[in-house]
Amino acid sequence: MSHSKAASIFNTDEKKVNWHDKALWFVRHKRDKSVHAVEGWENLRSLGHGIKAHTLSNLDHYLTEFEANAIKNGVQVHWAADAEEHNKIVHSILKKHNAKKIVKSKSMLTEECHLNPYLEADGMEIIDTDLGERIVQLAKEPPSHIVLPAIHKTKEEVDELFQEHLGTKPCGGDPQYLTGEARKHLREKFMEADAAITGVNFAIADTGGFVVCTNEGNADMGAHLAPVHIACMGIEKIIPKQEYLGVFLRLLARSATGQPITTYSSHFKKPIEGNEMHIVIVDNGRTEQLSRPDFRASLHCIRCGACMNTCPIYRRSGGHSYDATIPGPIGSILSPGKDLKKHSTLPFASTLCGSCSDVCPVKIDIHSQLYKWRQIITKETPQPLVKKASMKMMGKVFSKPSQFERVGKVARWSLRNLPKSVINSKPNVWGKERDLPLGPKESFDDWYKNREKND
Amino acid sequence: MKVGLFIPCYINQLYPQVGKATLELLEKLNVDVVYPSGQTCCGQPMANSGYEYESVGACNNFVENFKDFDYIVTPSGSCAYHVKKHYNIIPQTEAVKKVRDNVYELCDFIVNILKIEKLTASFPFKVGVHKSCHGLRGLRLGSCSEVVGDSFSSIEDVLKMVKGVELIELTRKDECCGFGGTFAVTEEAISVKMGKDRVKDHLDNGAEVITATDTSCLMHLEGLINRNEQPLKVLHIAEILNSNI
Repeated sequence: MSHSKAASIFNTDEKKVNWHDKALWFVRHKRDKSVHAVEGWENLRSLGHGIKAHTLSNLDHYLTEFEANAIKNGVQVHWAADAEEHNKIVHSILKKHNAKKIVKSKSMLTEECHLNPYLEADGMEIIDTDLGERIVQLAKEPPSHIVLPAIHKTKEEVDELFQEHLGTKPCGGDPQYLTGEARKHLREKFMEADAAITGVNFAIADTGGFVVCTNEGNADMGAHLAPVHIACMGIEKIIPKQEYLGVFLRLLARSATGQPITTYSSHFKKPIEGNEMHIVIVDNGRTEQLSRPDFRASLHCIRCGACMNTCPIYRRSGGHSYDATIPGPIGSILSPGKDLKKHSTLPFASTLCGSCSDVCPVKIDIHSQLYKWRQIITKETPQPLVKKASMKMMGKVFSKPSQFERVGKVARWSLRNLPKSVINSKPNVWGKERDLPLGPKESFDDWYKNREKND
Repeated sequence: MKVGLFIPCYINQLYPQVGKATLELLEKLNVDVVYPSGQTCCGQPMANSGYEYESVGACNNFVENFKDFDYIVTPSGSCAYHVKKHYNIIPQTEAVKKVRDNVYELCDFIVNILKIEKLTASFPFKVGVHKSCHGLRGLRLGSCSEVVGDSFSSIEDVLKMVKGVELIELTRKDECCGFGGTFAVTEEAISVKMGKDRVKDHLDNGAEVITATDTSCLMHLEGLINRNEQPLKVLHIAEILNSNI
């Protein structure tokens, strides 16, 4: 389904759209208040951009440095070229330990690789332990936002979902009661877990350690209780030095939620004695994206979600309308690199207002990349014939002043003389909810010519 | 100083009053301004729709018409931005480079090139400024709420020179209106919703008039206002700057 079709379905419930828009705008506003209080915020963004650009240009070096240091620390390092290999590696580690019950903290990479269904097919139980992720898991839905996975659900909907799956009492959507019950439910899962999977926010080349950021402490709960910890990371998560965390941790939480820092910034370096720690380093299309000069900066992304919160389209269409693991503006420049045809409407789900680029903590030129994807999509994927033909015609009309004048005259006459019922008939999508301007008798051009004569 | 007046295609055909106001205003400011009548369109409608290659003829025609001017001034932030940012698709001859360097949105030209500090205009109404995105974030005609730094706005600077104008504060200072070129049609539902929200923000905060540096945004908002019979007037900023009410 195209983005516009999904978005128009989302918009049939205007109250919900208003609520969704306000909820995310609130987060954007919190972000503003928080970043405007940081002296040198714009320099911090430039630094973040620069470090990422440098790292991506020397990725081979930093990845192997990271691997060597991680191995020195007693961590087992695995490399996966694609999603399938990633899933196989994780599965084989779990199989070796005869793990049946697995807890997982938030990881967009494992979403991207569809790890859960892969493991469930072999009878494993995999529980997402981030509260928002657990909610969408119970609802059998994908996350609609990368930081706030269940932002599309009201507390009343969560109430119903918990009654059905966790046996809670009806509470009219009381958040305190619901989170308390979720906590009890998840405690049990943590205690029973045979293995824990986490994502990685930052992998540090010069120490071999990595950092996982959560607000709920669920990564720590999982990783510290289970005998096996598997951390899954995309190759772009690497940073050269530990001290650069001072840049990225400050950028990440403020951009994501307006917090000065995430509640838990958990540093992992080596396994607890007797336990195992694994890191799976995944490519899955990233080197291909890196090879595209116009789009490589999309790999700077630190997954803060600020571009989603600021995007006036995302706020009014909901994350699911993008039908992609990463929704919103950043997803719309990443996804076409993976499957151009499937995601061909996403770069058009934007007015190119540029707010995403200005809010991005690592200065990705998101809206410029959306524009560039558009140019590729019209050449490489099938386009509606009407659109193609009208663009060609416009191109011709605008290249010759005499034709432009003729076409303009006809358009103005039609707008002035045709009845509204004809003007706003079905083929005119504009006219569904908007009037068109009345066509003036005289164009500016006509007026100017007469004016000169009059002088 | 020889100034070429660039009137965007849809203003030429549908909103000639905006072109007239721009020309009269520049003349009042003693600018030696000429309207080259061979101009058509900057090419943006095709380019933003992904058909940059169909816009080459329009780009070349634009350069041909404007290459001999010291400055090119237009009542559109969006079209000026398009020429500056996207005319890299044609060979970068001296003429093309000159045109890209010297194209200015009207307020930008008045405040930053002419350095005008006084206008004789008067317009006694409560005015809400819709900060059109390409002018704001593309040309940086003002500070935007995402970026940390000093607050400034060429648009507000110039409106403050108009006697009687009362600028109203919007709840969302710089949210997009949802026009977006062909977006307005291909993403009709979202476009309309964004526009409705923008209009509501102005009404809620007591605006009598919405103004902007881009008639395209205003055409979209006016279309909604007229259809829904809402008590708001829509005027391009040039019309206010050229007013004497």
